[in-house]
Amino acid sequence: MTETIEMLDEAWALSPAVALRPEPFGAMAYHFGNRKLTFLKRMQLVDVVRGLAECPDVRSTLQAADVPESQWPGYVAALHGLAATDMIRPRPAPAGATSEGAVA
Amino acid sequence: MTILESRPVTARPEGGSLIEQFELGLDAPICLTWELTYACNLECAHCLSSSGRRDPRELSTEQCKAVIDELQRMQVFYVNIGGGEPTIRPDFWELLDYAVSHDVGVKFSTNGVRLNPERARFLASTDYVDVQISLDGATPEVNDYVRGPGSYDTAITALKNLQDAGFEDAKISVVCTRQNIGQLDEFKAIADQYGATLRLTRLRPSGRGADVWDELHPLPEQQRELYDWLVANGENVLTGDSFFHLSAFGVADGGGALPGLNLCGAGRVVCLIDPIGDVYACPFAIHDNFLAGNVLTDGGFETVWQRSELFTELRSPQTSGACTSCAFFDACRGGCMAAKFFTGLPLDGPDPECVRGFGEDALASGDRVLPEQGKDHSKANPTRNQPVMLTLSRRDDALEVQRSGPPVSACAENPLAGFAL
Repeated sequence: MTETIEMLDEAWALSPAVALRPEPFGAMAYHFGNRKLTFLKRMQLVDVVRGLAECPDVRSTLQAADVPESQWPGYVAALHGLAATDMIRPRPAPAGATSEGAVA
Repeated sequence: MTILESRPVTARPEGGSLIEQFELGLDAPICLTWELTYACNLECAHCLSSSGRRDPRELSTEQCKAVIDELQRMQVFYVNIGGGEPTIRPDFWELLDYAVSHDVGVKFSTNGVRLNPERARFLASTDYVDVQISLDGATPEVNDYVRGPGSYDTAITALKNLQDAGFEDAKISVVCTRQNIGQLDEFKAIADQYGATLRLTRLRPSGRGADVWDELHPLPEQQRELYDWLVANGENVLTGDSFFHLSAFGVADGGGALPGLNLCGAGRVVCLIDPIGDVYACPFAIHDNFLAGNVLTDGGFETVWQRSELFTELRSPQTSGACTSCAFFDACRGGCMAAKFFTGLPLDGPDPECVRGFGEDALASGDRVLPEQGKDHSKANPTRNQPVMLTLSRRDDALEVQRSGPPVSACAENPLAGFAL
């Protein structure tokens, strides 16, 4: 569980080598570097993955995508899975990063 | 070959399994096979596309580039290019470059004929290109028997050229047959020797493969051997997900399934574009029954993929027919559509190589009619590259015949004719 909590406060983003292709049930993610293919099986997960770069951390991304808090552990587990194949990457927090204002 | 007015809307199960989603189709194929030419220097006995002669209607360089542009727009990130022998198209290298620079990765299949040291060096300098050399025997005897004289040496030379040029991780693509299933370890050794990855795929009774399928397709006990070998060595061996019919060797609920996509992806997640732009449901189904449309005359590839009547039908819930009552249906999903079709079996019944034995029963039932092989681009006359599928052997009763002497003609006049000493 500590992993979940840790990730919630971290800043992440879609890897620059990854393209997301919309599909009727979610999206297909393709990594041009390692050529891995992954499917995002829920629209809301696609929103979260796309939103990562625009939010200061994972917690606010989940909030912005209206994911109920009870489902956060599932989403964080999915994000860990995506991180394992470099689909998403940790984003170094820039000094003086814009806060929630950027989300709205 | 009808294109619907508008794209059909399918209700999707929220959070359904990927298999369920795939069966209902994707917005664009995961990857597709594109055969650039029907021309080929070889005349393999089991060629799935009955290749040999170039089709005069073959897409021009510009038309091919337009297809690549469309694949880029649709975000198809990978194509498997084949033929025929794609590298004998004069614009092959140009198209390869064009695809890669438009975010469409290429894996191409070749018999190796054009992979000289210079081409090998060029390939080693590219990113995002995979090369797959076809080899259907780990020895010249077994390979050349179906691929033609000299083809083993051509393939090995190409592998050597690639290795010498520093090209990493070429693929050796093997169609598994009765003659080569016993050579799986030797194939692996060849792959290791050339720093290549082994890829094993299933023999289908498609194209000229229909003529030799009875003789070449693995025997039931060899299927078991193949399955066991894949379970033991599968980690580092590619299969193109083509052996899902073997998954029924596992337990009924799908446990023991081979890694990869265990379903028929035809028209759902894969398809074929042929050299004249015809779009078929899968590379093993070049037949009018599986022709969805044409990229030139039906409004482009995206229109055919998303709105053809055939693909819409393939993405609708299918009946499992005679397989419905089989406990292993979830493991094999009824097997390969093309294998059933070209052996004259109903599409909603068992695969001809069903590992539970239902395919043999269906084949033996006798009331099947083999479909005509539609598109034949075989060479009109045999050339020196044609395989000669003959092996030297002696008749089973040779010794008996020797003992009893030659057969006696009805006209023999000698009073002792027919008496053995």
